[in-house]
Amino acid sequence: MKRLSVYLMAGPETPELAEAAVAGGADLLEFGFPFSDPLADGPVIRLAGERALAQGMRTQACLECLAETRARVEVPLIPMTYASILEAYGYERFQADAEAAGATSLIVADLPIEAAPEVKRVQLVAPTTPTERVKLAAEGTDGWLYLVSLTGTTGARAEVSSQLAGLVERARAVTDVPLLAGFGISTPAQAAEAASLADGIVVGSRAVEVAHEGGPEALREYVASLRAALQGEAGPLREEQAHASASD
Amino acid sequence: MSVELAKGFYGAYGGRYVPETLVPALDELEAGWSEIKDDPGFQLELESLQATYVGRPTPVYLAERIGDGKRIYLKREDLCHTGAHKINNALGQALVARRLGKQRIVAETGAGQHGVAAATVCARFGLECVVYMGSEDMERQRPNVERMHLLGAEVQPVEFGTKTLKEATSEAIRDWITNVESTHYMIGSCVGPHPYPELVRDLQSVIGREAREQMLAAEDRLPEAVVACVGGGSNAIGLFAGFLDDKDVRLVGVEAAGAASLGAGRAGVLHGARSSLLADEDGQIADAHSISAGLDYPGVGPEHAFLRDTGRAEYRAATDDEALAAFHLLAQREGIIPALEPAHALARALDLDADLVLVGLSGRGDKDLATVLSR
Repeated sequence: MKRLSVYLMAGPETPELAEAAVAGGADLLEFGFPFSDPLADGPVIRLAGERALAQGMRTQACLECLAETRARVEVPLIPMTYASILEAYGYERFQADAEAAGATSLIVADLPIEAAPEVKRVQLVAPTTPTERVKLAAEGTDGWLYLVSLTGTTGARAEVSSQLAGLVERARAVTDVPLLAGFGISTPAQAAEAASLADGIVVGSRAVEVAHEGGPEALREYVASLRAALQGEAGPLREEQAHASASD
Repeated sequence: MSVELAKGFYGAYGGRYVPETLVPALDELEAGWSEIKDDPGFQLELESLQATYVGRPTPVYLAERIGDGKRIYLKREDLCHTGAHKINNALGQALVARRLGKQRIVAETGAGQHGVAAATVCARFGLECVVYMGSEDMERQRPNVERMHLLGAEVQPVEFGTKTLKEATSEAIRDWITNVESTHYMIGSCVGPHPYPELVRDLQSVIGREAREQMLAAEDRLPEAVVACVGGGSNAIGLFAGFLDDKDVRLVGVEAAGAASLGAGRAGVLHGARSSLLADEDGQIADAHSISAGLDYPGVGPEHAFLRDTGRAEYRAATDDEALAAFHLLAQREGIIPALEPAHALARALDLDADLVLVGLSGRGDKDLATVLSR
């Protein structure tokens, strides 16, 4: 079965939203710790971050929210944030406290492969990443590789990026770790198309938007529609590996 | 691996904190710059354009009617084409972009001086130019917006967040992430991910090289202190570069009191580099406040943070009112209308305990008339 990862921004409703996303069929949840200047994000997640900060979702509050979410769901919960948050909190302290709150691994959008090697995390690669760097990222990554499917910021697009197929092909040639494609995937049709190439998909902006506008029930339905679209896709053998590494 | 990363660091500051998408472009820029900076053909073209297009060397001028007995020299970057030192960097980066085969330029601007410089060199080299500018800055720097339009640039208003330089920089970087294959990001200050701080310092160091020779010619000695305003810090780093090895010359950077990233900041990450920033204890970037759009930025170049920590340079602050007073003083006593940014440097130079002082007059004040007259 293909993996489905759903991104949610930390906030008072997040535990309930997380439960709904899992009920809809999410296998993993990315848990956004908001940052004031998110370079990799388009308008939807940037605005969600502004709302979260206005609600007081600073690092400590996010960790508490993470723990509350962990109490409600079993799937891997992966904090996703920016280096400034870790700089201020302390990289190792952040890792330890996030893990204590129930986190599984970490994603830092502006920490390239070479930076902070002591911080075990899910690495990102992009269409611009040379194959030797993809290999380096795969060797250092924590369980799976996040494929940024396009050159751009997060946010819905009209079509799945034409750059994704080439990136998947290059990654497959150098690694066996599961490949999850994100950025610009929002509709069930796009989910199916991207999942026909990769081992799974990540939806962020559209999930955040649906959750903000329609609450848990709308999110559950949206995630279920993505799940249904992925069912048609035969899962690769890599699934077991993804599960093993993502849930330890 | 950490050794390789360390090459882009100034002590604990600098580095590359960017989405992976940009890393190959930064590698390409770094390689391109190191290849051409010592290329005689490039140097010849740059120097020729500096002389005939920018108007270099700019003079140093002894401002005898201010300073109350002190000898205050002004390095007249306000006399550069487009009215500020920003053209030194923009011109060099345009040559680099051309060498890298990039036909499209994105830039950010605060006061509009870098935006105008970028638009100018893009017109000169036939490059497409998109400048991101906070909508609040567009209002307070209207003439520069009109100049950019005349020069054929597209000015993209940034309507969210602080609506100033911080958000404009983020949006320029997001554009670059999206169009990285065709586009060169012409950053305006010595900030951003490696190699930008070094690239911009190298291109601005012409200010300090000239000024050092000119001071020796005029006074037969070096100044006791060299003073420059610091927002991102490019004119200061360019001026300081000429005197870094002269240990007896004090280097004094002057920040806006409401944007004192060095004086009141903490270590953090913004716009691709680790530096001293206005940020809260959680690492969230704070708002800066200054009458001068060019200094209204919560970050600063990593080399300045390093120079502060090592003690080689000292950093002070000037308030809006102090800058305004210096602005009026220079206009009324010397017939020079400075930009509000270097008026901060002048304010601190006037009360510095040194008798022979060189001040970086980084730009002219035409753009600030509306702001000053409304006070």
